[in-house]
Amino acid sequence: MLNISEQFKGKKPLITYISGGDPSLEMTEKIIYRLQDEGVDIIEIGIPFSDPLADGPVIQAASQRALENGTSLKKLIAKIKDIKANVKVPIVLMGYYNSVLNYGEHQFAKDISEAGISGVIIPDLPVDERAKLTEELKAKGVSQILLVTPNTSEKRLEEIAAKCSGFLYCVALLGTTGDAREPYPELEGYLNRVRRFSGDLPLGLGFGIDGPEKVKKIINYPDGIIIGSALIEAIQIGNTETEMLNNAGEFVREIKRAIKDYS
Amino acid sequence: MSRGYFNEFGGRFVPETLIPALDELEEVYLELKEDPDFKAQLKSLLADYSGRPTSLYYAEQLSSHYGGAKIYLKREDLNHTGAHKINNTLGQILLAVKMGKKRIIAETGAGQHGVATATVAARFNLDCQVYMGTEDIERQALNVYKMEMLGAEVIPVTSGTQTLKDATNEAIRDWVTNVEDTHYIIGSVVGPHPYPMMVRDFQRIIGDETREQIMKKEGRLPDYILACVGGGSNAMGIFYPFVEDKEVNLVGIEASGSGIESGKHAATLSAGRVGVLHGSKSYLLQDEDGQIIPAYSISAGLDYPGVGPEHSYLKTIERVEYQSATDMEAVNAFRLLSEKEGIIPALESSHALSYLEKLAPELDSTAIIVVNLSGRGDKDINNFKKIREAEADA
Ligand SMILES: Cc1ncc(COP(=O)(O)O)c(C=O)c1O
Repeated sequence: MLNISEQFKGKKPLITYISGGDPSLEMTEKIIYRLQDEGVDIIEIGIPFSDPLADGPVIQAASQRALENGTSLKKLIAKIKDIKANVKVPIVLMGYYNSVLNYGEHQFAKDISEAGISGVIIPDLPVDERAKLTEELKAKGVSQILLVTPNTSEKRLEEIAAKCSGFLYCVALLGTTGDAREPYPELEGYLNRVRRFSGDLPLGLGFGIDGPEKVKKIINYPDGIIIGSALIEAIQIGNTETEMLNNAGEFVREIKRAIKDYS
Repeated sequence: MSRGYFNEFGGRFVPETLIPALDELEEVYLELKEDPDFKAQLKSLLADYSGRPTSLYYAEQLSSHYGGAKIYLKREDLNHTGAHKINNTLGQILLAVKMGKKRIIAETGAGQHGVATATVAARFNLDCQVYMGTEDIERQALNVYKMEMLGAEVIPVTSGTQTLKDATNEAIRDWVTNVEDTHYIIGSVVGPHPYPMMVRDFQRIIGDETREQIMKKEGRLPDYILACVGGGSNAMGIFYPFVEDKEVNLVGIEASGSGIESGKHAATLSAGRVGVLHGSKSYLLQDEDGQIIPAYSISAGLDYPGVGPEHSYLKTIERVEYQSATDMEAVNAFRLLSEKEGIIPALESSHALSYLEKLAPELDSTAIIVVNLSGRGDKDINNFKKIREAEADA
């Protein structure tokens, strides 16, 4: 499997999120190819879930569309395994703990490592919950990417950084995904505080980064950025598959340019 | 038992943003719980504002109708706002004030918890917003008017199944976004730690009073205690003080809607599997992919695909027996209590009452059953049309 932290060497990577199976798994495959061709550095793929409580309306709707056409975690992993040879950037699965628990933590770790998936993000599984998942992922060499938020205590930052691998996901504000308000007012101080504990772990900043203007405001502080809702919205505006893919391409180009111009 | 768990059930499966708020809540709660001033303030509010103790009423007519055991009703319906929900909201509003929060949010299904929350928010002068599924807004219209009258804003939830599950998702999202100035008053023994423990502690007054009252009236503990189970707060409240008394049989009654075989039900403990929803690990209704299956019940307060983690624990250790009642069985019990005793019960509580039909005739006249009458049925009068239709279909 491809290495996540490698992607942070010598550049500030663009990490993008799409919902697996939205609007179909075939389309997910095509979007993956387009994103990597346009220079996306890491691709997060959402596991659709009926009750995504850390997500705002855009990703909720995307998740719903995926479920309506019959996407399941099994099918999603099988798809990624199928196209493994064509995927050139690390793939990270992002989803809710019930999906993993229901699949079986051991089986999940085994199947995703065989599918070449590099990392996992579970926003509703805090570091101190009893879950076998951490050990299972470690045994398979899959990164477990953990989240910190602007209100995370120093004691927890230390604990989270110690158990996190790949990169540390810094949530930009107190809110759900797609929350387009301004990032946390003391973003610089927040990320500096995180860095006191994060050692070699690169910091990815995400939630509410919705375009070049926002990128300009924040790009100085993290080591990479994560964009989900805004990309999904851009894709959704397309009326045909071609339009959707072109929109994805154009969106990524704009963001990549902003990262380069303002870094 | 490690922190926040009842054996394998419970925990705090929430976004990291909420961890500091849950830590603070737990700390403040554990501190206040032992604080004499807090205890005195809560006690006086429960007595003078809500009207506690609620009575333990010997339902003579109902008992003789079944011709078996002596049936007592724990009259939580006599509380201010008409249900047990206020026991919890009074406790939590005091915590919110102590923590300096400016704003209260809540989720509601039947609207009873929403009304109980709007009531205490009015009393303590805090802003209040209540999330409620649009389906429930329709079937519990009276409670929507009440909440608005009390100065709360009812926010319609149109996502998912537009019922309690989705209202809870929205409330959690709101809390993630406004965690610094907002306290989330969860309405049942569900959610992340410390809620299941804390809400149970606020509701255990039901069981504590019942014990004292039945000892006074009968000189012994009851043989059976029955309570309906949605999230499980009225049941935990009446069961908890009796858990160690092995001679007292505890029976929780879930809603089986159109029947468990029909797939349209809310019988989480009877027909669900272990998973994680709304911050805790417990039984829940889910499909083979782990997607939550929408619950169904005629009663909005029981229409929930999850259940409090302590109930899952009490089920696995076989201390509590979990049964279920269909819409029709509940409607029959609703009518029967109204006609025999002149008490109109909530449809939720009617599920517990309906189990008497199976149990009471089997017992002799020396046996004692206590039913937790968790709420009154005013809010359900609007449902009468639906109820008549259900009867016509039968
Ligand atoms: C009267 C009444 N009883 C019971 C319930 C179910 O909740 P719980 O199982 O937490 O007691 C409700 C919920 O709205 C209710 O209004």
